[in-house]
Amino acid sequence: MSPVSRGFRRRRLPDAEPGRVPPGQYVTGDFPVLSAGPTPRTALQNWTFSITGGGEPRSWTWEQFRALPAEPVTADIHCVTRWSKLDTRWEGVSIDTLLDQVEHHAGFALAHSDGGYTTNLPLQDVTGGRAWVAFGYDGEPLEPEHGGPARLLVPHLYFWKSAKWVRSLELLDADEPGFWETYGYHMYGDPWLEQRYAGD
Amino acid sequence: MAGTALRGRLTWQIAMVDTVTDETARVRTIVLDVPQWPGHRAGQHLDVRLTAEDGYRAERSYSIASAPGEPVAITVERLDDGEVSPYLTQELRAGDELELRGPIGGYFVWEPEDDGPLMLVAGGSGIVPLRAMLRHRQRSGSAIPARLLYSSRTLPDVIYQSELSRYADGVEVTCTLTRQQPPGWTGRAGRVDAKLLSEVCWPAAVSPLAYVCGPTSFVEAAAAGLVGLGYPPHRVKTERFGATGGR
Amino acid sequence: MQALDGNAIGGLLIDVFGTEMTTVTGTCAGCGTSSQVAEFAVYRQAPGTVVRCRSCSSILMVFVQVRGMTCVDLRGLASLG
Repeated sequence: MSPVSRGFRRRRLPDAEPGRVPPGQYVTGDFPVLSAGPTPRTALQNWTFSITGGGEPRSWTWEQFRALPAEPVTADIHCVTRWSKLDTRWEGVSIDTLLDQVEHHAGFALAHSDGGYTTNLPLQDVTGGRAWVAFGYDGEPLEPEHGGPARLLVPHLYFWKSAKWVRSLELLDADEPGFWETYGYHMYGDPWLEQRYAGD
Repeated sequence: MAGTALRGRLTWQIAMVDTVTDETARVRTIVLDVPQWPGHRAGQHLDVRLTAEDGYRAERSYSIASAPGEPVAITVERLDDGEVSPYLTQELRAGDELELRGPIGGYFVWEPEDDGPLMLVAGGSGIVPLRAMLRHRQRSGSAIPARLLYSSRTLPDVIYQSELSRYADGVEVTCTLTRQQPPGWTGRAGRVDAKLLSEVCWPAAVSPLAYVCGPTSFVEAAAAGLVGLGYPPHRVKTERFGATGGR
Repeated sequence: MQALDGNAIGGLLIDVFGTEMTTVTGTCAGCGTSSQVAEFAVYRQAPGTVVRCRSCSSILMVFVQVRGMTCVDLRGLASLG
């Protein structure tokens, strides 16, 4: 039984409106950089985004991607390591826009990123205006450390689902665990239900 | 849990804070009374674990600042957005308990029996394990020649400043200040680069053994610089400190 | 953020292997490079700890702690020790 360390407490949660921050989270003013590997540096002329597993694979070059209608997004984001950042401002292409160009009957998706990272999501969680491929943050092009040139943005789930350096969405009939999910993180990841780990 | 049968050094134990001493405005040395301490080697670290009243736990690693045979001490730098370092450098006081385990580490360690003139290169709080090595060298009566190149932002940021300035026999200390130098400063200025390394470090020809410690970007640049001077990579030992948790 | 090195997981490795591991030699299954565990690149701030080869960046080891249990994946190592 560990002794209590006199006078030690966790980071203080600043006063947010009740119900604004999911359980177990603290609000930060920073934007911590969490990574499982070196920052990929794909040149824009080599960058493509693809959707595979549907009728025909569909791929966009950077120019084609940036020619698609994009929109501003303001969202709170919640990292499983317990920090939350409120009112973050992004710019991105809605995944609805991208999926509209693909015939499919899939129920699930596996996002693939440069460097080999993967994460899985139900298709209904990346459609209906709930997810984007984001290329801008805070009015600037998304920095490599934060996932640039483009990352997935799915703010209603824990932020490990918002795959940095995303390059493709693979459409699947069944849910398949991605990188962290394989090691015991939750397949879905709803921060409001504190679904951090499998079985939560 | 596997491992509980192992002796004290591999399991958590409760230490008492003996004294706290401010080294600089942001850095404090904590001397500990560790009842089951098995002894340590110069360069090793220990893990500290704090538990809040609500059961919340935080764990961090800190290099041991004292030499083998001296009371266990750690030197902690307060990070602005830290969770543990503000507590250790501002709240913790003599008589408090601290949960720790150690010593840990078999790679970044130095003994007087190790071959070669000693080349120590420190960035910021990376000085801590190297200071333990210098104290160990002194206490053991070793005649191995040693050089220390220590990079800090400003003079008030130099940890152990008066202790380092008192080394004489066989220890040459060079401090470089990267942001600001005081009037009349006779030390070095600017970041550690190839030029400074070539002027200050042991030449490769004398087969030095180098230890480089500090933030990752500092360590990578300094270690690459030493290899560029001809140090064989296996003679350049590195320990990188992270922005979170002192390690 | 840049990587730390194997020194940073000294305690974790003792928990997992029951002994000091930082001086043990590991060989990357990806590129065959061998080095001491202390020299591997370690990424600690993500949901788990990922250890990579400095030469080719392949993942060597992954440690994830969930509910007091540590999941250990060493498949990226051709050999350890």
